[in-house]
Amino acid sequence: MNLHSFSLRRALGHLDPALMTGIFLLMGISLAVLYSGSQESIRVVLAQLLRFAIGLVVLVGVANIPPERLRAWAPFLYGLGLVLLAVTLVAGRTYLGAKRWLGVGPLSFQPSELVKLALPLMLAYYYSQAENVQSWKAALSGFALISVPFLLIAKEPDLGTAAQIGAAGIFTMWLAGVRRRWFIGLILLAVISGPILWHFLHGYQKERILTFLDPQRDPLGAGYHIIQSMIAIGSGGVFGKGWFNGTQVNLDFLPEAQTDFVFAGFAEEFGLVGVLFLMATYLLIVLRGLIIAYECRDRFGRLIAGTLSLTFFLYIFINMGMTTGILPVVGVPLPLVSYGGTAMLTFLIGLGILMSVHSHPRFHE
Amino acid sequence: MQIRRRERAFFTSRLLFIAALIGVMSLVLLARILYLQVQAHERYVLQSDRNTLAVLPLAPVRGKILDRQGRVLADNRLEYVLTLTPDSVADIGETIAALRTVLPISDEDYRAFLRNRRGTHAYQAVVLRRNLNATELARFALVKGSFPGVQIETHWQRVYPYGPSFAHVVGYVGRPDSRDLEQDPTLARSGLDQVGKSGLEAQYEDLLRGVSGVQEVEVNARGQSVGSFEERPARAGTDLHTTLDLDLQTAAAAAMAGHSGAVVAVDPRNGAVLAAYSAPSYDPNDFVKGLDGAQWQSLRDDPLHPLNNRFAAGNYPPGSTIKPFVALVALRDGAIQPDETLAGGGYFQIPGTQHRYYDWRPGGHGRQDLRAAIRDSNDVFFYQLALRLGPTRLAQGLEDLGFGNSTAIDLPGEARGLVPSPAWMRTRRGQSHWHTGQTVMMGIGQGYLLATPLQLVRATAAIAADGQLPDLHLRADRPIRTRTVEASPRHMQLVEEAMRAVVQHGTAHILASDPHDIAGKTGTAQVRRAERDAVGRVRKGSDSRHLRDHALFIAYAPASHPQIAVAVIVEHGGHGGSAAAPVAQAVIDRYLDRDSTAQP
Repeated sequence: MNLHSFSLRRALGHLDPALMTGIFLLMGISLAVLYSGSQESIRVVLAQLLRFAIGLVVLVGVANIPPERLRAWAPFLYGLGLVLLAVTLVAGRTYLGAKRWLGVGPLSFQPSELVKLALPLMLAYYYSQAENVQSWKAALSGFALISVPFLLIAKEPDLGTAAQIGAAGIFTMWLAGVRRRWFIGLILLAVISGPILWHFLHGYQKERILTFLDPQRDPLGAGYHIIQSMIAIGSGGVFGKGWFNGTQVNLDFLPEAQTDFVFAGFAEEFGLVGVLFLMATYLLIVLRGLIIAYECRDRFGRLIAGTLSLTFFLYIFINMGMTTGILPVVGVPLPLVSYGGTAMLTFLIGLGILMSVHSHPRFHE
Repeated sequence: MQIRRRERAFFTSRLLFIAALIGVMSLVLLARILYLQVQAHERYVLQSDRNTLAVLPLAPVRGKILDRQGRVLADNRLEYVLTLTPDSVADIGETIAALRTVLPISDEDYRAFLRNRRGTHAYQAVVLRRNLNATELARFALVKGSFPGVQIETHWQRVYPYGPSFAHVVGYVGRPDSRDLEQDPTLARSGLDQVGKSGLEAQYEDLLRGVSGVQEVEVNARGQSVGSFEERPARAGTDLHTTLDLDLQTAAAAAMAGHSGAVVAVDPRNGAVLAAYSAPSYDPNDFVKGLDGAQWQSLRDDPLHPLNNRFAAGNYPPGSTIKPFVALVALRDGAIQPDETLAGGGYFQIPGTQHRYYDWRPGGHGRQDLRAAIRDSNDVFFYQLALRLGPTRLAQGLEDLGFGNSTAIDLPGEARGLVPSPAWMRTRRGQSHWHTGQTVMMGIGQGYLLATPLQLVRATAAIAADGQLPDLHLRADRPIRTRTVEASPRHMQLVEEAMRAVVQHGTAHILASDPHDIAGKTGTAQVRRAERDAVGRVRKGSDSRHLRDHALFIAYAPASHPQIAVAVIVEHGGHGGSAAAPVAQAVIDRYLDRDSTAQP
């Protein structure tokens, strides 16, 4: 009995108070906004609560894995991710024209979720043992490690996820210390090749970008999300319409009000005050992650910590950017607030890795 | 230690850069949110209160499909439908129960309502009953006041006035299914409840559909529609003018009554398809209304497969109808001279082998030249001819005449037939050995050789047009394209004369009295190998229907200045001369008689 409670306490000892505070605040926000947005459906709230519970257990587990073990696993996780991506392309389930899901019996998941973590881990592993990160060889190896999963996911096609994974990889390379000229070159390449790549985009991908530039182009279709979302946010004002009073959400004008566009529903009901509180919570988590990276003495640990923090922010930025109409609509959930299990689990595992990096003594002074 | 410190300082500088980036991006977001929630707040409150952006689609009127004289083959009829707007009705179940006391609403209607309701907004009206008649309209008008949220609306419904006669060529429309939506995601919000599913309806969907309009509906805070004004009207689809001839198609359908098979007629001068009928047929109007489970099952399980488009997708052994084409190839390649004669007995044996290839006529035709061999459909002659040509040259020649290839017809789902050759045997079937017997069988249109009725009529048109192989088309304003088949006029003339002789005193003499100077060729395609007795006579008792041979006939007329080319196949019809030729005759007579009365 004594031994049992002792070990549990030790397991929980790996959790980071600041990060945990942020996570619980976000969970509260998520449950509140889902309860209102689902016409007060207790079922939706319970389902989300169950996912949080499972996610937290996994998080505690991950926080207890020593980083050197994660480091040793990295190549295998990366390899597994590539294999699963390849299998998905061949035998995946097609949904709305894209092969993104891999099914095992009644279960299905997106291998790209695994790669979201496996790629940064692999790059951190590679650069933690590379002899000279400034060499061109180190740079090219990094690009190669990124491009394989990037191309496999882009082929599904899921350009949005491919871009996010690519960005995460670039972050790791930046933090690892790859020479600046490579990143400048990459930006130039993107600017030059943009018009060329345009021709290779699928119709719906072009449509999304055109709609982003002018939502009124197609007010019934692609533009509808953006317009309704902006009305929801804008009509919320400073203090919001109040919990349960969001007409945009409750009268069904706002599509995806519980998943990708959950931010719009939140901003409508809780206004600027709520939004500032939400952003502060997110920045708390992101900054805490950067501090963990800063304090870490180990190459692998700080690379993975820095990358995961920045990627976490990237998701927030993309989601809020698309709901407020400054970025094109790509299917990105609002971290830890959107309804849904897979993405939430990925975020919580990522935060678990951050806590592991911070709480294991060899890695931290 | 020094190195580690330098490295760490470097990492910190990069981390700071990232922190700065995060700061800038956060400020961008904040600025945007401040703009939306403070600066533009008033405007968005207004939009949210009125939400004029409840935009509803307006479906366009579909283009008609017309025959060559402008007679309507696919029309639109205004239909009255009963709709229910879920948001404006207190209790949907109760409302429907009450409505049922006034109007008949079947369980099937109710299930369709539940299906259609999914994926629509609560303020959008959903169809509850289609096709209200005048009595029903009047009865509902009396009680309308007690049913808020239930309205009568008008819809355009597709109608095919000639039903089964044009089913395969014109096709039909139906509700968009998940595959349609995947191909064209804009369908979901186009307001359209019908899209082309087969035939011309599917082929020219983009042309016929038109462009949906948008209607802005003003809704109050409870989401109920309080008024509407039109924003952008729908643009109607374009009418499709076809080369089809209503009279000819109806004649073809009548001639095929009781048979299964196909009839195609084209104008050999330009490849315009005049009639294309596949039997048995079905009523496309049933598909517009939506088949119920039993109807669908009986169509699907019908042993005669009425849904199959036999003229475009039916791969048949061409039988002896291939002979004029084999003759043309042999003449061109110098495998035979125009006046050369070949011996002919009751059967043929490949030198050095035992197997007997029989002639259809016991005892054979004796020594004949090419002309007579076509007239009498001399199998032994053509066995030898094919052997002389060899499989590769024969295959190449038939491909030049369009066999094994698309006819370019503007219809979905065309089959390509099959022209076998040693090369095909190697690449497609992975067998290196080509039996000489396969060459021999090709000479009489049997073996692996397969052709669609469209390919047969196209090749026939090429003979009628003195070597101009036309691309087939159904849309009237499609550019005419022909390809010149390499053949000397002398050889062409020989084959034309022989096909005339087929009708005058050959295997199709049944048509000899026809006034229209028909040239043709019969064919009988074996469905399976006949059982023969010791002296080579076909055993009795193997004539139960599904084992009987397919009857084929190709023809054009008038032979001197051809205006129509026809291919007919009657499945299990027996002999081409007796079963298929009369069908072709009915079509030709109808076309040429009408022409002569139209131009006195």
